[in-house]
This record gives sequence, C-alpha cells and structure tokens, in this order.
Amino acid sequence: MNSLRKFFDNIKPNFQEGGKLHAFRSLYDGFETFAFVPNTTAGRCGTHVHDAIDSKRIMSLVVIALVPALLFGMYNVGYQNALAAGQLDNATFWGMFGFGLLAVLPKIIVSYIVGLGIEFTVAQWKNEEIHEGFLVSGIIIPMIVPVNTPLWMLAIATAFAVIFAKEIFGGTGMNIFNVALITRAFLFFSYPSSMTGDDTVWVAQNAIWGLGYDVPDTFSAATPLGEIAAGATTLSTSFCDQVCGFIPGSIGETSVVAIAIGACLLLCTGVASWKTMLSVFVGGACTGWMYNALGLSPLDACQHIVLGGFCFGAVFMATDPVTSARTEGGKWIYGLLIGFVAVTVRVLNPGYPEGMMLAILLMNLFAPLIDYCFVSHNISKRAKRAINK
Amino acid sequence: MALLSKANQEALVGPLNLNNPVVVQVLGICSALAVTAQLEPAIVMGLSVTIITAFSNLIISIIRNTIPNRIRIIVQLVVVAALVTIVSQVLKAFAYDVSVQLSVYVGLIITNCILMGRLEAFAMMNKPWPSFLDGIGNGIGYAIILIIVGFVRELLGAGTLLGFQVIPQWCYDHGYVNNGMMTMPAMSLIIVGCVIWAHRAYNKDLV
Repeated sequence: MNSLRKFFDNIKPNFQEGGKLHAFRSLYDGFETFAFVPNTTAGRCGTHVHDAIDSKRIMSLVVIALVPALLFGMYNVGYQNALAAGQLDNATFWGMFGFGLLAVLPKIIVSYIVGLGIEFTVAQWKNEEIHEGFLVSGIIIPMIVPVNTPLWMLAIATAFAVIFAKEIFGGTGMNIFNVALITRAFLFFSYPSSMTGDDTVWVAQNAIWGLGYDVPDTFSAATPLGEIAAGATTLSTSFCDQVCGFIPGSIGETSVVAIAIGACLLLCTGVASWKTMLSVFVGGACTGWMYNALGLSPLDACQHIVLGGFCFGAVFMATDPVTSARTEGGKWIYGLLIGFVAVTVRVLNPGYPEGMMLAILLMNLFAPLIDYCFVSHNISKRAKRAINK
Repeated sequence: MALLSKANQEALVGPLNLNNPVVVQVLGICSALAVTAQLEPAIVMGLSVTIITAFSNLIISIIRNTIPNRIRIIVQLVVVAALVTIVSQVLKAFAYDVSVQLSVYVGLIITNCILMGRLEAFAMMNKPWPSFLDGIGNGIGYAIILIIVGFVRELLGAGTLLGFQVIPQWCYDHGYVNNGMMTMPAMSLIIVGCVIWAHRAYNKDLV
C-alpha cells in the first residue's frame, strides 16, 4: 500500500498544471481516487450529506458482489460447452473453468476499454473529474449477454449506451436508464439473431487455445424460457440444475446460488435496498402464480423466479440507486411493478421469452413519476396535519 | 425589386441552415421518422414537400388579400389538399413502388406542420415571389435532413444505398451484421437528435 501511495505521489507532479502529462490529468485523478479514498470532502456548511464511504467504494462493493456470479458464469460456459460436445466425463473442473475464463475475459476487457475510454474522454473534454459509474456497468455488461456475442457488437452497444444513456444526460448519477441494460437492449433490438436467434448463441462452439471442445455448427440449446416460448410444456433441465445454474443462458445470470451470495453482501453492507429487492421477488412470484393458476403459463411461480435473468435483474439492476425509485414507499411500487411486468411479458408475448430487461427499463422510466407522487402525497398529508392543528 | 434581393436570398437560404424547419424549429418530425428507413422514399418525400410548400405558398400569397381572415385555415387547407392530391396521383402514375412505400405519408403532407407554418407565418403577409422562394427554401431544408437520416438508416440498417449494396459482401462473410434497430423509427429520432447536436455544436448562437 505504501509503495503504491509513493508511486502516486511520485508521478503526481507530471499531471499538475504545467506538467508534461497535464493532458491526462483526469486519467491520473481517476486511478488515484480509485486506489485511495480522497481526503477532501464537501464543505461543512450547506446541505451536504456526509458519509464515511464515497461512491467509488460503493461501486467496488457491488463489483465484489458480482464476482461469485461471474466466476460461476465462467465455469458454466465451460460446462455447457463440454456438455454440448458430449465430453462431460473427460472434462476437468479447471479445464472447463479455464475455457470459460478465456471466452468471457475478452468481453470484460472490451466493455471496460470502450466504456472507460469514452468516460475518460468526456471527462477530459469537459474538464471534469472522472465519474466512477462505469466500474459496475462494465462488469455487468459482459454478464448479461450470450457467450457467443461478437466483440465488435459489444463494443458498439457499449459505446451507444455510454454516450446516449449516460453522457448526454450528464454522466454518472444523472442517467434515467440503467446503462448496462441499455447496452443489452441495443444488442437485443439491433442484432436479434445474435442475441436469441436459432438458439445457437447460448453455448460456446469453438475450442480456445486447446481448452474446451468444438461443437458442431448445427448444435442448438434453448434457454428454459426459450423452450417454453417455443411451446414446450415441460423443461429439459431439472429444477436443481436451474437453481445451481447449470443451464444455458446469459453468462452471469444462470446461477441463483451465486447471485444469492452477492445479494447477501449487498444487503449486509446496505448498498442495495432490501425493499426494492424483496418487492421485485414478491411481484414476480404473485404474477407467476396468477398466470399459472389461470393456465396461461406452464411454469409455476418458483420457476418464474429461478429462470432467466429474474434474480440477476432483481438483485443487481433493479436496485441500482440512480435509476430506481428513491422514496421508501416508492420502492415497493417500483419493485412490485418490475416483477409484474417481467413475468407478464414472458407469458403473454411469445416474441420475448425473457421480460426482465424490458420490465426494468420501463420502470426506470416511471421511477421519477412514482417518486413525485409519493413526495407530493407526503407534502399534502403534512400540510393537512398543520392546518388541522 | 430585384429577383434575388437581400431579403429574397434570406428567404431562400435561411431555412437551409440557421432557420432549418426540422433541426431548429423542430417541425415535421413525424414524417422524418416514418419515411426515412430508406434513402429513396426520403428523397421523394423531400421533393414532394418542396413542391407542395413552394406552390401552396405561391397560390396563397397571390390570393392573400382576398381571403377572409376567419376562414383562412380552410382556404389554405383546400389549396394544400389540391396540391397534395396532384402530387400523390403523379407519384402513383410514375413512381408506383415509391408511392406504395410512402403509403399514407404522402396524403399526410397536408397536415405537415412546416406547410401550415409557412402559409400562416410567411405567405399570408408577403408577396408571391418571396413566398415561393421561402417555400422552396423550407422544402429543401426539410429534404436535406430527411436525406441525411435516410442515408444513415439505409446504410447501417440494410447495407445499401438507393437499393444498391454498398457494404461489401466481404464484411458480411466476416461476421458483420446489419443493425436492425436502424430500421425502427426509434432510431431515426436518435439520428435526428444527433444531427441537431452537430448543428448546434457548429452554430453556437443557436443554443
């Protein structure tokens, strides 16, 4: 730690006014404040809220919470590849994990380089500090796409989302839509065949550097929700596999167990709101139960929650403090409606087997309205109380 | 009065840039979103609107002193409707494919805000020749934006321009895929937004 601090102190003069690397000052500033909590705080006077940790530390916590799901996702990529090639008995744990690592790592690198590149450029251009919001988006983006998404598509979608969903609204903390979800939505509507088409996108098909196996081009594996949308009434995977995450799907979304570990961390540290998280699950379960009882969906409430991106969305995306509702009562409405819309899209629209992305984006749009209603209700309630006295 | 005096030049050239009906006045957006999925309908639409705006401006300007003020909208609409019908019939006769692609949007030129706006704001209080120039200027200003948006959308959405393949087959063989979102109206709103962004970045006094 001390040597790192010394290193930062040593190179600092280069980036200050008049130094030869002054043009890259935002880059330096970004990395310094990422590594060390800055010792400057907002002024004592005025209306600032003071807290012991700043937003870079909160972001780092979310990234740590995402790691179990990411690691499991890497393993599952290798597992699905071995399963598809029929080589499951020969494959070793580390072989499968290594294959998954090689398949997923380029996506993470591309997402960070493109996203942070744009953020740094904009910060430099506007003479502002570097915003830290992309730390989380950059790791979520590779986790919510199928493993076969080409890197150039990922780069375009990330650039689109960072510019149009974030920078034009004013950067971190100002965006009304979740940036990672906009990336996915862009991919989903721009390149539908690479996101869901033909069910060939969910399993990695080619060996990388001697790890993994070549799968025939004609091999296809549908996600459980894809099977239901195609008209199946029973699933080809067991409930146990669905909970553990040994099913085809986007990289980080499959394992409920890994996501639950992340959820515990978020809830224990108080980073995510338990109200939002709980109400999404309640809304989804009630709606799933309703459609099951009406005979519209062969899946019961439990399966609706376990399958697809429901858990991932509920834990890591719906609770995004920037885009979700901020009033305590509003969080309940916001979460319940996300669960309701997600399951409704799944059941009633055969074109979209998974509705979590659309549900969260839709409710992102309504979150300010929900907040407005709760705040004005509170104002009128208190005004009445004052008048009655 | 000279045919191209200072004021007349302003009426013709102003709408192309600093007083553009689409990117500055933000009029006529609906049709700019609807017909720009390909370049050809965008060009035809731009031309149609140019012709109709120019001639309706001219006609209304000629009869402006005889129009009773209370029913002027009806009179304007009758003139515009007649011109729209003519253009629509000509398109059906000579460019049937494009008129099918444009479908209702040719008929809907009658409700185009640019048209009524120019009639009310310019033709009702100016002489025929400046009104005619103003109509041409506004029509072309509208057409330019349509063509820019149509160009981007067709190039990225279908890889073609005016129906000819522009992006080489080599790219498709190596994994390039057309952007499906470009063919949706939502994306053209974003492109119009980008055009406005670029325009205002260049003309700082508009901000």
